[in-house]
Amino acid sequence: MSGETHAGASAAARQAGRRAGWRAVLRIRELNVLSALLVVGALISVATPYFLTTDNLMGVFRSFSLVAIMSIGMVMVIITGGIDLSVGSVMGLSSLTTAIGFANGLPTALCVAGGLLVGLVFGLFNGLLVTRIHLPPFIATLGSLSIGRGLMYIVTHGVPLTPDTPDVFAIFGQGYVGVVPVPVVIMLVMMVVFSIIMRRTRFGRHVYATGGNETAARLSGVKTNRIKLLVYMLSGVIAAVAGVISFSRYLSAEPASGFGAELDVIAAAAIGGASLSGGVGSVEGAIIGAALAGIISNGVVLMNINTYAQQAITGAVILIAVSLDMWRSRSGGD
Amino acid sequence: MAIRSRGVVPRGRSGCTGKTAAMTDFLEMRAISKTFPGVRALNHVDLRVRRGEVHALAGENGAGKSTLMKIMTGVSRADPGGTILIEGQPVDIGDPVHARQLGISIIYQELSVVENLTVAENLFLAREPVGRSGLIDTRRMNRDAGTILDMLEMDIPATAPVARLSIGQKQMIEIAKAISYNSKIIVMDEPTAALSQHETLTLLRIVRTLRERNVGIVYITHRLDEIFEIADRVTILRDGTTIDSLPIASVTRDLLVRKMVDRELSQLYGTHESYATETVVLAAAGLTLRHPTPHGAKVRDVSFALHQGEVLGFFGLIGAGRTEIMEMIFGIRPCQGEIHIGGELVQIRSPADAIAHGIGFVTEDRKSQGLVLGMTVRENFSLTHLEEYSPLQFIDRAAEGARCRAFVATLGIKTPTIEQRAVNLSGGNQQKVVIAKWVARRPRILIVDEPTRGIDIGAKAEVHALLARLAREGIGIIVISSDLPEVLAISDRVAVVKEGRISGILTRADASQERVMQAATG
Repeated sequence: MSGETHAGASAAARQAGRRAGWRAVLRIRELNVLSALLVVGALISVATPYFLTTDNLMGVFRSFSLVAIMSIGMVMVIITGGIDLSVGSVMGLSSLTTAIGFANGLPTALCVAGGLLVGLVFGLFNGLLVTRIHLPPFIATLGSLSIGRGLMYIVTHGVPLTPDTPDVFAIFGQGYVGVVPVPVVIMLVMMVVFSIIMRRTRFGRHVYATGGNETAARLSGVKTNRIKLLVYMLSGVIAAVAGVISFSRYLSAEPASGFGAELDVIAAAAIGGASLSGGVGSVEGAIIGAALAGIISNGVVLMNINTYAQQAITGAVILIAVSLDMWRSRSGGD
Repeated sequence: MAIRSRGVVPRGRSGCTGKTAAMTDFLEMRAISKTFPGVRALNHVDLRVRRGEVHALAGENGAGKSTLMKIMTGVSRADPGGTILIEGQPVDIGDPVHARQLGISIIYQELSVVENLTVAENLFLAREPVGRSGLIDTRRMNRDAGTILDMLEMDIPATAPVARLSIGQKQMIEIAKAISYNSKIIVMDEPTAALSQHETLTLLRIVRTLRERNVGIVYITHRLDEIFEIADRVTILRDGTTIDSLPIASVTRDLLVRKMVDRELSQLYGTHESYATETVVLAAAGLTLRHPTPHGAKVRDVSFALHQGEVLGFFGLIGAGRTEIMEMIFGIRPCQGEIHIGGELVQIRSPADAIAHGIGFVTEDRKSQGLVLGMTVRENFSLTHLEEYSPLQFIDRAAEGARCRAFVATLGIKTPTIEQRAVNLSGGNQQKVVIAKWVARRPRILIVDEPTRGIDIGAKAEVHALLARLAREGIGIIVISSDLPEVLAISDRVAVVKEGRISGILTRADASQERVMQAATG
């Protein structure tokens, strides 16, 4: 092969690479749910002008931010082919642990650390059950869900805990950066950080490989058990972050805090394009999924639709979004 | 027809018109061909099977036996041009249910019993006798099942849960089921592969009982002894063609082996050059599998040495334990014994350990073990050595892509871009991606399991050339293959595996097709 044709061939290859890169952008699964988000947003803003006010939008953002934060941990677990049903309980328990810290007059940093530690321990427990005992993730985390919730009732006897807290602590849940609520800022920062981790690091690549084909990944030298252990631990800690924020917002640890949240979180990941069979999904998708569910429930309230209908509408959106996604990936030939 | 015959026990010879009918062919397959993309699996194959005979089908792995049986039992369709006759009438076998209605059943190596049901429930699955109440008539079902089991002299209670039965007994249930469908011909594919010696004797006794009851048996086995023990007639396939069909009395063992393997090697493979040195890169001593699976080979006491630059072939029949040996070395299966790499005793507890010691493993099944199909060529390529591009976790995509493109170019991997997902590549190109991802790690030892299975002839030659080049670069290569001519053509030495042990290691000069086959089967 002469130098000239080689140069020509590689230029053509580069061009083909650019074209493929462009197609890859168009093919991004998140585009589906992002356009759905925009369409639903446009519809609601036509129906009720109040929707697009800064006040309302920031309120909506803050209200879905906890689910969105937890969906970051969840989507990583789902990409490995697992599931984490314990996030709601972990959120509640870490909120309670933080409250207990304050009730005993501990410094803020220690209270927050205690709350996060609960998440780490639960994540470690889930991860060990899945990787060492080989329990199906659904069963392992279903068990932790019940244990966590049970612990909360045992400790609180069903009564909310409302200790005195220093003013500075309230910033996490109630503060603003400019017009943006602090929980939303935390959500956005975590989204950027974890999105980069999933797209650009060896760890992220190994998470996708583990869920895409665990055998092939293990035989290629990926320590798949370690990866799985890590994603459950991350999911636990991230759920605990949501728990601490939640306590900071209400300054009261309710025994039912986080009850049922796992379903909203899983729904966010699924709406955002994550496949429950593993290997597919993204952090951004999960956040957009949470946002879609969030603005729908806001729109239902603003449009004076029976709030009881809200759940049914959200359910319908999940089914439509995931069906469209499956239809698209089937007809797209890949 | 199958529905109406439920619970009906065939009455032996009275089912057909006596002796004269038994002497004519019940089934005749004429000029059957089957082409897969790039491969002609069957080329004008003929087969005639009578009722009341045990008809052995002999041939190497890949000779076309399984493909022929799939066509006979309606699992796959032959190319146009061939004919299948049943009792002289041309038939078009559409699917397995149709085949069963025509009287043809097959007992697969992988049994298809439902573990949680009883013997009787399995026998009458999806055609349970229903009483007047509309509920299943369990008593009648158990009684009918008992009748069939008694007739076949099977000592298994009809009400026993199948999960508690041995593999041999489960196989008997499959045979009883075939009989309850009034089958005239039963195909048995390697029926004794997973059986103990005692169970094998019981099976052979039942095969004789079936023959007396005028059922035709197509018997596929690698064990030549069994052919001579049980068969009335043998048909030999080789490279997708019928070589011969003879009464067993007129065949000797040597003749049978020669007819199975004889082939012009020089046409298929080029010249061979050896790059083997005296340096031992891998030495295995007394490897014994810790937890053999119930169906798998009980690998024990395996010792061999692999030299730098050497191509060491591993030949053996399917199920002999070749793959298990490699899985022990690669840390997939726990084992006893010692593994030395570069003269040092090493402990290998996981694939990651094996990789760290410089071993690469191109697995047999590309799709389930070799590739993450949903990932791109680039991502699959770098999975074995990602740390080279990501010393601090962050992946240098430019370096990753450049290296991948270089390998795509040198190995001639046909893909539009390296961002193509692996699932969209052809088998040969997928295999090259798997080889590339290991070669990029610069291994000292490369294990290659069935490298050319299911890929076309052109890609095969390229893979062979690639392996020779790697050997020249000083990599010690182990090639597992069921394709005997391939093993002989590309190996410096051949280790023959039989029933979980190495039954001989032959030098290139000594390794004739007959000798290797004898060591593998004798």
